[in-house]
Amino acid sequence: MQLEKKPCLTGVGLTKTFGMGRTKTVAVDHVDFTFYEGEIVSIVGESGSGKTTLAKLLLGLINETEGSVEFLGKKRDISSGKKKQEYWKSIQAIFQDPFSSYNIFNKIDAVLLDCIHMRGGKNLPQAKKVELMIEACKFVNLKFEELTNKYPFELSGGQMQRLMIARIFLLKPKILIADEPTSMIDACSRATILDYLIQLRNEIGMTLIFITHDIGLAYYVSDTVYIMERGKIVERGSADDVILRPRAAYTKRLISDVPKIYEEWDLSTV
Amino acid sequence: MNNTLRQIFRSGKFVTGFAIFVAILLGTLIYPLIITDAPLTIIGQGTFFPPGIYVSVYDSLGSTRYTLDLGEANFNRIASRLSEEDRIAIKEWLVAAGIPEADIDTADTQKLLTQWEENFDAKKSIPGMTNAKRNYYVRLDKSIDGLLSAEGAILAQANAETGALEQTGTVEQSDFVNVQQVANVRFLPLGTDNFGRDMLTELVAATRVSLIIGFVAGIIATLIGLTLGLLAGYIGGPVDDGIMFITNLFTVIPSFVLLILISFSIGQEQRGAFTVAVVIGFTSWVWTARAVRAQVISLRNRDHVNLSKLSGHSTVHIILTDILPYIASYVVMALILQISSGILAEAGLSILGLGPKTTDVPTLGLMMNWARIYQADIQGRWWAYLPVLVTIAMVTFSMNLMNTGLDQVFNPALRD
Repeated sequence: MQLEKKPCLTGVGLTKTFGMGRTKTVAVDHVDFTFYEGEIVSIVGESGSGKTTLAKLLLGLINETEGSVEFLGKKRDISSGKKKQEYWKSIQAIFQDPFSSYNIFNKIDAVLLDCIHMRGGKNLPQAKKVELMIEACKFVNLKFEELTNKYPFELSGGQMQRLMIARIFLLKPKILIADEPTSMIDACSRATILDYLIQLRNEIGMTLIFITHDIGLAYYVSDTVYIMERGKIVERGSADDVILRPRAAYTKRLISDVPKIYEEWDLSTV
Repeated sequence: MNNTLRQIFRSGKFVTGFAIFVAILLGTLIYPLIITDAPLTIIGQGTFFPPGIYVSVYDSLGSTRYTLDLGEANFNRIASRLSEEDRIAIKEWLVAAGIPEADIDTADTQKLLTQWEENFDAKKSIPGMTNAKRNYYVRLDKSIDGLLSAEGAILAQANAETGALEQTGTVEQSDFVNVQQVANVRFLPLGTDNFGRDMLTELVAATRVSLIIGFVAGIIATLIGLTLGLLAGYIGGPVDDGIMFITNLFTVIPSFVLLILISFSIGQEQRGAFTVAVVIGFTSWVWTARAVRAQVISLRNRDHVNLSKLSGHSTVHIILTDILPYIASYVVMALILQISSGILAEAGLSILGLGPKTTDVPTLGLMMNWARIYQADIQGRWWAYLPVLVTIAMVTFSMNLMNTGLDQVFNPALRD
């Protein structure tokens, strides 16, 4: 862990509500947080706790109802399309469902080329672009020759998610938000995907915000853990503190809900 | 893409609809190449000539004559000349004269005439019969005698100097001409309309014009609906509110009433076929806009759209590449429905007399309008309106079939 931590993304009183009147839902409720450069943060919570909404707020895909986000010490400005595009050069995401993450009408080459163009490589010679794409695919153990001119739906879920990581490899953002990147993947591919993510983070030095419902996974990967319950952050701290010495009742319940292979399941808490 | 096309052409409904539509389309394209007459030329002096082959009497007199001794020729001639009213009159007389009604068959010419010959007596008084009626029966008897005579018709020509008629030849009852050798023969498969125009030629031209009106109206309506639906659905917020306000206004006002008012205010002289198509297009985009908006709203929060945003694409680029291809199949289906409803709308307008101006082009609706004004339905001139009805029905039916077929391919929940 770094000794001198520089804040990368800070949220102050961040709130998002949907609907009005009686149907009003507070998805994210006055959340404060500080994510530091280069660390791996996990945001853990059960379904409907507002994790994905928080991720979309951080990404600027939806606008906050209240509060503000500071990016690299300055207030984030994403008021126009141009500024948003600039912001998205530094913050990227991997979504939960690889099958719905790709435009089924675009070929894989187009997905990777977009990333090169976004990094300002529009005028690079074709050979150089191909070289970059081969390098990115190699990083996640995919063969570009086999992928070129194919459509994303011709790949398996694991391959698609690895292609997503290759995309991030090309983009080299400052922050990566991984929204349950492994929940649709089988257990064997899951470890590989996680390893690639951590390896990529070590290589680029980006901040990795890992959103998951799996508290075991969070413990495995992260430096800092945030626990979310119904839109509020109920506990935060280093992974060891939160998971080995939980204080909030919700955290304790989450930990006790982790199924253990050798024990009979205790369904009383469910 | 290929796979989808293969699936579409494996759908029975689509293929049936497509086949009917292509047949109609090819008909309208190929027919004018064979029959090159202008569709609005008036050829008949009179209204509603029945379907059939028209042979020039004058030319057949000049053609080579052949003598054919056909046993049934005489009988056929009499049978065809004896009108339905005459047959009923004969039956009435015979019944009054005391022949049992069961014995009389008006369809059996031979038997009817035999009975008449045997029983008719001009002097016989039948109670309750007026003098006029009695005279009618005497005339009828004479004309039946004329029918039964075996003499030929005399051809005569007026002498240029004296003015007297001079016999130039006779036509025997057994004289025949070969239709192939007659100089002027015209086949009118659907007869003529009220103005004396060839129905089939007119119908083909009308189908083509109506299809063009449908296509123009459908494309205009789909383009407007698609653009507004995409903008309202994707951008949302005040843009959505504004567009939906206009759309709801148009939904509440029945579009046909709007269509009638606009067509009326344009005026008969200004209403070309194209103007009518544009007017139809501008009043029927509402449902496309609403449906596209609903589809786009469900698409705009999908991950692939978010990913496209994160990849730095502009809004226009996202709408064109990440939204439009996903709703393309739906839009094609809506377009097909819009085309068929455009054709129906034109027919509806024209029947009311608000269609394109009548001197330019025929349309299916105008033909219906003419048939209605000249009371073809009351007079039993089925050829003036039935083929038009069938054409309208087949065009819209084929398009709806194609639409249903496509729906089944694109929407797996509807598959048989």
